[in-house]
Amino acid sequence: MNKWLLALAVGSFLCVTNMTHAQKAVDLVSFGDVNRYAQERSVKIYGVGGLRQLEAYQSGVLVSAEGYIATVASLVLDEDTVTVLLNNGQRLEASVVGTDPLLDVAVLKLDTEETDFPYFDLTAEQSPYEGMRVLAYSNLYNVATGDEPVSVLHGVLSVIAPLEARRGSFSSRYRGDVYIVDAATNNPGAAGGVLLDTSGQPLGMLGKELKSELTGTWLNYAMPWEQVSQSVDRILSGDLGSAIVDLDQLPENPATFAGLGFRLVPSVVARTPPYIDTVLPGSPAASAGLMPDDLIIALAGMRTGTHVDVEKALMQVPGDQPVRLTVLRGNMLVEVELVPMNLP
Amino acid sequence: MKSVWLPVLIIALQTSFASAVVPPEVLEAEATRVAVVEKISRSTVAVFDSQGQGGGSAVIISPDGYALTNFHVTAPCGPAMKCGLNDGNLYDAVLVGLDPPGDVALIKLLGRDDFPAAELGDSDAAQVGDKVIVAGNPFLLAEDYHPTITYGILSGTHRYQYPSGTLLEYADCLQTDASINPGNSGGPLWDAEGRLIGINGRGSFEKRGRVNVGVGYAISINQIKHFLSHLKAGRVVDHATLGATVASAGNGRVVVDDLLEDSDAYRRGLRYSDYLSSFAGRDITSANVLKNALGIYPAGWRVPVEFIRDGQIYEANVRLASLHHVGELESLIEEEAKKPPQIEPPGPKDKDDQGQEDDDNKDQKPPRIQLPQLPGAAQQLEPPKLPPEVEKLYAKRSGFANYYFNEQQQQRLIDRCRQWKALESVPQLVIDGGDSLQHEVRIEDSAEEASLRSVRGQFFAKFDSLDTAGNGPPGSGGMIAAVHQWHKLLHQGREGFDEVFYFGQLPFGEGLQLHDCLMAIDEGYTTQFYFDLDSGNLVGMEHFTADDRDPCLIHFSRFQPWQSSELPRRWVVRFGDNAYMEFDVDKYTNAASTDEESIPAEDDAADNGEANDE
Repeated sequence: MNKWLLALAVGSFLCVTNMTHAQKAVDLVSFGDVNRYAQERSVKIYGVGGLRQLEAYQSGVLVSAEGYIATVASLVLDEDTVTVLLNNGQRLEASVVGTDPLLDVAVLKLDTEETDFPYFDLTAEQSPYEGMRVLAYSNLYNVATGDEPVSVLHGVLSVIAPLEARRGSFSSRYRGDVYIVDAATNNPGAAGGVLLDTSGQPLGMLGKELKSELTGTWLNYAMPWEQVSQSVDRILSGDLGSAIVDLDQLPENPATFAGLGFRLVPSVVARTPPYIDTVLPGSPAASAGLMPDDLIIALAGMRTGTHVDVEKALMQVPGDQPVRLTVLRGNMLVEVELVPMNLP
Repeated sequence: MKSVWLPVLIIALQTSFASAVVPPEVLEAEATRVAVVEKISRSTVAVFDSQGQGGGSAVIISPDGYALTNFHVTAPCGPAMKCGLNDGNLYDAVLVGLDPPGDVALIKLLGRDDFPAAELGDSDAAQVGDKVIVAGNPFLLAEDYHPTITYGILSGTHRYQYPSGTLLEYADCLQTDASINPGNSGGPLWDAEGRLIGINGRGSFEKRGRVNVGVGYAISINQIKHFLSHLKAGRVVDHATLGATVASAGNGRVVVDDLLEDSDAYRRGLRYSDYLSSFAGRDITSANVLKNALGIYPAGWRVPVEFIRDGQIYEANVRLASLHHVGELESLIEEEAKKPPQIEPPGPKDKDDQGQEDDDNKDQKPPRIQLPQLPGAAQQLEPPKLPPEVEKLYAKRSGFANYYFNEQQQQRLIDRCRQWKALESVPQLVIDGGDSLQHEVRIEDSAEEASLRSVRGQFFAKFDSLDTAGNGPPGSGGMIAAVHQWHKLLHQGREGFDEVFYFGQLPFGEGLQLHDCLMAIDEGYTTQFYFDLDSGNLVGMEHFTADDRDPCLIHFSRFQPWQSSELPRRWVVRFGDNAYMEFDVDKYTNAASTDEESIPAEDDAADNGEANDE
């Protein structure tokens, strides 16, 4: 056994003794054990994409025995159903339960009645520190197919710092602390993978490919597990809305932008995010405190990822009833209720 | 005051010293690591093309200077390159063999017989998480020929990487997060103990520009071990095909979904919709697993295969055919040779917001790295003149990377084989013997005609051409022609054939032990002669009468002195899965001479293990 593995073993022993509540970490004394533990909980996700520079695959991890999967919200999930390959090669369909635009976290549910999936504990408490050894599990570059194990990279947690990054011309919405690592972890397809300590306990989720606003270099980072956990909670609680279902019968007089008193940034490309462009003075939107640059996350309980989603959701809302909106303002989620003016 | 402060200071110093004490295990690990790096650095080679314009890395695997690198590193170099070692010396090197689909090249450094050779490891024993070390010449930084060292872990094993735009396929390779950059190509991947487990050759770069992104691939050393004797033959070596493809059938089973009827797999009984359960000792659970298992063997290799039909398991040894046509590999080599050296200095390339490599900027090549001024690296245009030392060791020939080394290997076989030209003075051979039931067997062979008499009857052939001998006698697969070719080899040596070349080592016989294989081509017919690795004896042959037919196989054993050489007493003739004839020779006679000479009369002592050539 080489010295590094010895260090791993010692490290994992310390962790086990320190964290009696993290029951699943017991016995993970060798790298082989940690690897098996991590592989069993890692999944490969295949969805929409495949065009130049847009991968149709990403990574994810099981976070419940019932088959809930945490991953990143991305174009791969656009069709609301995706194909998930488990570590044993089992191929299952999964539906998108919800997405959290704040962290760009998404939750999937495997289309199965099984309730004994191995999973990473969302409540696992961590005390990551700069300089600690970390392992990154993901299916970067789609290297692994079928039942092949995903890739593992090793590195050091270099710094814990606020995320100041962008993707294209969009700044990342999440501006909180992330774990920057010294390994090339955030490659195409790696998003949704997991950053572990050397005992196999989750530290964070590998995020989308982002570049530093300061240096323009690709960032290798993970969002803290605690944040991911909160995000998953928000999604599962329904706060962030559920998928828009096509109704058989639409209201005769649906709500309109004009009636509510705001306009969105023009829909110039497919999947334009629904940012508010202007708020009409004295309108229900103005009364409720909506502001330009607010991003509409949910409208009347329906998840609104795009400009088009908001239009579709409005069609389903009667124009004479109050409408509840969830918007993202900066990195805060704000709930407002818009009351149409012509109400009695 | 001083009297008060001093003791405090001393205590503080002592405390800081105490906390700075490094545990002995850590110091020991460090010392081991330093020693390992020192060791592996000696065997790591910085490769430069003769013009000093490009290059890569390599690793020495034997004291006489054989070194492994990538095909794509040597391709632009032609037959000669310059190799720097960390002793500060630059050595001439010559191309020996090429495995273009596997992206492997064998070169030979010249000028010493005590080169520091790497210890070969076992890449199949390597596991995910194992610490690994990469040594090489990234960005051609090694101006003083000292390799750059990077380290990491194995991120994956048994990876399959599809050919990327070319025929270069990485099967069953190792994946590491150790930094592998342009220029590391062809260099060694070591395990933590400093044993060679792979040759680095490829990375997943895509849109990040051609720099390390934590995903590098190395060709496994176990794959290269299969190819090594073929590379030493100076050949352009091809990879193999089973002649069948499989599709996943769920539950970890794969089913044959396509099959060539002229393949050996078909002749050995494999059929459409059979489940292929095992290949070369590996359980086959997916199409990728088969690609991995298949990709590590050269064409011509034989592997045990298991397949299942109607719940019944069948076993067979299947000969693997060439993956490519000869022309395909030749044109690949030409293509690669035309490519400019691939090493470019690092630098920001992907400047746009999407991280896309900007096509418009592709022409603006960054300035070349200043390479060390190499002796003899004049600015001459192609073809560069070979250094005299290299020229002596280079022979151009179609189908070969360097035919000079094939001739060397042929000579090695000839020098060791006690049957070689044993029948030089016997143009008309008569073999008398008897089968296990004491039935007489008599074979006569000369340049013009041959006959075979046995309990099965008598068969004649005239050798106006080999065609006329056909596959006779019926059921033998062409025994009379096979005997003719054997006699010709022992009578005339290489001169009796249109072409003779050393193929490399191949599995032969029931146990599939490795043998040196000599290919002899005559009138378009191929005969493969097998030589025992230990004794050098010619212990078997396969004569092919057609590409899509099983050969006539003859197994020779129990060698006995005959004149000044040795000839086999026991002959076993097989065709396909059936034994055709088995007999013991009583005497070999020269019919052209009056004085009969024969091998000594049967001596049962010879049965007791003396005849140990097989």
